[in-house]
Amino acid sequence: MQSERRNAALRPQKGERLVFDASPVLNERPLHYCPGCHHGIAHRLVAEVLHELQVADKAILVASVGCSTFTYDYFNVDSVESPHGRACAVATGVRRARPEAVVFTYQGDGDMTAIGAAESLHAANRGEKITAVLINNTVYGMTGGQMSPTTLLGQKTTTTQAGRTMGNDGGPIHFAEILAQLGGVAYSCRCALDSVKHVREAKKALRRAFDVQIAGLGFGFIELLAGCPTNWHLDPIAANKRISEAMIPVFPLGVFKDAGQEGGGARHA
Amino acid sequence: MKKERVLMKGNEAVAYGALDAGCLCYFGYPITPQNEIPEMLSALLPDAGGHFVQAESEVGAINMLIGAGACGVAAMVSSSSCGISLMQEGLSFMAGSHIPGVVVNMTRGGPGLGDISPSQGDYFQAVKGGGHGDHRNLVLAPSTVQECYDFMFRAFALAFTYANPVMILGDAVVGQIKEPARRIPPKGALSPGKLRLLSRGWRIEGFGARGKNGQPRLLKSVYLAEGALAERNRILIQKYADMRKEARCEIEDTDDAELVVVAFGSIGRIARSVIRELRAGGRRIGLFRPLTLYPFPDAALRELAPGRRFLVLEQNAGQMVEDVRLALEGRARVFWHGVMPGLFIGANELEAPILAAFGEN
Repeated sequence: MQSERRNAALRPQKGERLVFDASPVLNERPLHYCPGCHHGIAHRLVAEVLHELQVADKAILVASVGCSTFTYDYFNVDSVESPHGRACAVATGVRRARPEAVVFTYQGDGDMTAIGAAESLHAANRGEKITAVLINNTVYGMTGGQMSPTTLLGQKTTTTQAGRTMGNDGGPIHFAEILAQLGGVAYSCRCALDSVKHVREAKKALRRAFDVQIAGLGFGFIELLAGCPTNWHLDPIAANKRISEAMIPVFPLGVFKDAGQEGGGARHA
Repeated sequence: MKKERVLMKGNEAVAYGALDAGCLCYFGYPITPQNEIPEMLSALLPDAGGHFVQAESEVGAINMLIGAGACGVAAMVSSSSCGISLMQEGLSFMAGSHIPGVVVNMTRGGPGLGDISPSQGDYFQAVKGGGHGDHRNLVLAPSTVQECYDFMFRAFALAFTYANPVMILGDAVVGQIKEPARRIPPKGALSPGKLRLLSRGWRIEGFGARGKNGQPRLLKSVYLAEGALAERNRILIQKYADMRKEARCEIEDTDDAELVVVAFGSIGRIARSVIRELRAGGRRIGLFRPLTLYPFPDAALRELAPGRRFLVLEQNAGQMVEDVRLALEGRARVFWHGVMPGLFIGANELEAPILAAFGEN
């Protein structure tokens, strides 16, 4: 399905073949994210999945607070803002009020695993038929790079200037593994956005995180390891490298639970 | 709907009122003295095609209300004092995002954990905003079990008319007292269908629900661009100004009164008993009982100012008295008597302060 409102100059000319196009679920507003930020890729993946499932017209986005507050500026779906950390509680209200809708949250690691840990955990435990997307870049991005619960040990942030220590700050929280323990969770996995291979895997996993909601199996969760070059003080390529070399060893990729599959144990990608 | 009078608690009347007014979602967290409300609705709502969710906290509950309200569904939460404090962020977001919802506060004693007996100590929190930013709740103050039932209809109608949170400010007496009430929708009640109609222009539901040309909608309170928030807040301030016309009060025996007692909720009701007795003894005393605390019925009160004195009775350390003084604009003398929280007071305990203000002590 191609939209006619797209810029005509960008349409394939004679002799050209269309191999990639804008998603009709995203509008044409330029993203406000920093160069090398992975929100753009994550947005695109969510948009592609909603389009392929043909559910954009009944989708409701519950936005969060952080860099991802403005997610709703880019998605062509009905949206509601939520206070910091409360997206899964707001999504619970939306889900109960609109049983026929496809409801999803899009949250950062500070929003979901710090201030919103209780709301996220309990929505998952109740088995709310929603899909929660966690963008884990190990820092508070919008406020300028402070420590978050997923910050790596030794990682320097503006509030751990000598590096995060277990003694003072605790260690990085593994949300995908925690949620996988809960009865209401139908799907929990962790993917990364640092390479083409990983992005393709993330798309498949994201699709599954929406499938379980639509099938009424329960809470669908996906954690995406993402880059924040600005607050990591790295260029985009070095930031991708940091994901592969420093983050993935701490945050293993894989499916930690899939209610639709036998066993449901960890399967590492 | 049952026409006969049924013996019930104020909390039970709130639950029946919500159900009969078309409430479809309840979210809440246990706290005394309002537990009958979630307990009853947990049993009644699923049978009525609705949803009951026991939230992980009051923070969770108010945010669930944001979600359901944003979808244009009649929904509510209930709690008491400390729990209502936890909901303030959500109330500010609701007012700022034009999201309707009903919040019941069966006030207990404070500050802090306080106690579980009656208090009117949350007046400021309810009527002055409570949460951050320039936000307002519409606030209704029932004093009887029947009003608990009736005010739920009015609360949902107001919430959907103004796309704003509405608070029922009761207390442990109003919630726990048991007396006969009728389950008949009060005059002016809006049907659930009318409530749905009022949300048609803004609710989120998936744009496909609005036909082939349905455009995406967004409900939010963040306006970062320079000047954008100013423009937004002008709209909100206009909304609050429009609410002024919803001010309601009950006025009794003020025509010849030298002294007008101003009191709300359970204290207003106890004051009425005392005043009737004192009038029988020939003392010209009247009662002014606000039914809405925000908007405060200030114009109606001001009309009574010439030639009269006023006594504010409330179960707190002096909160509504400030609104009474503002309303009277210095045109009349205002006395105040506060009752400590944690006490179930009898009519005889209000007699002395009333007589003192009347000039007999």
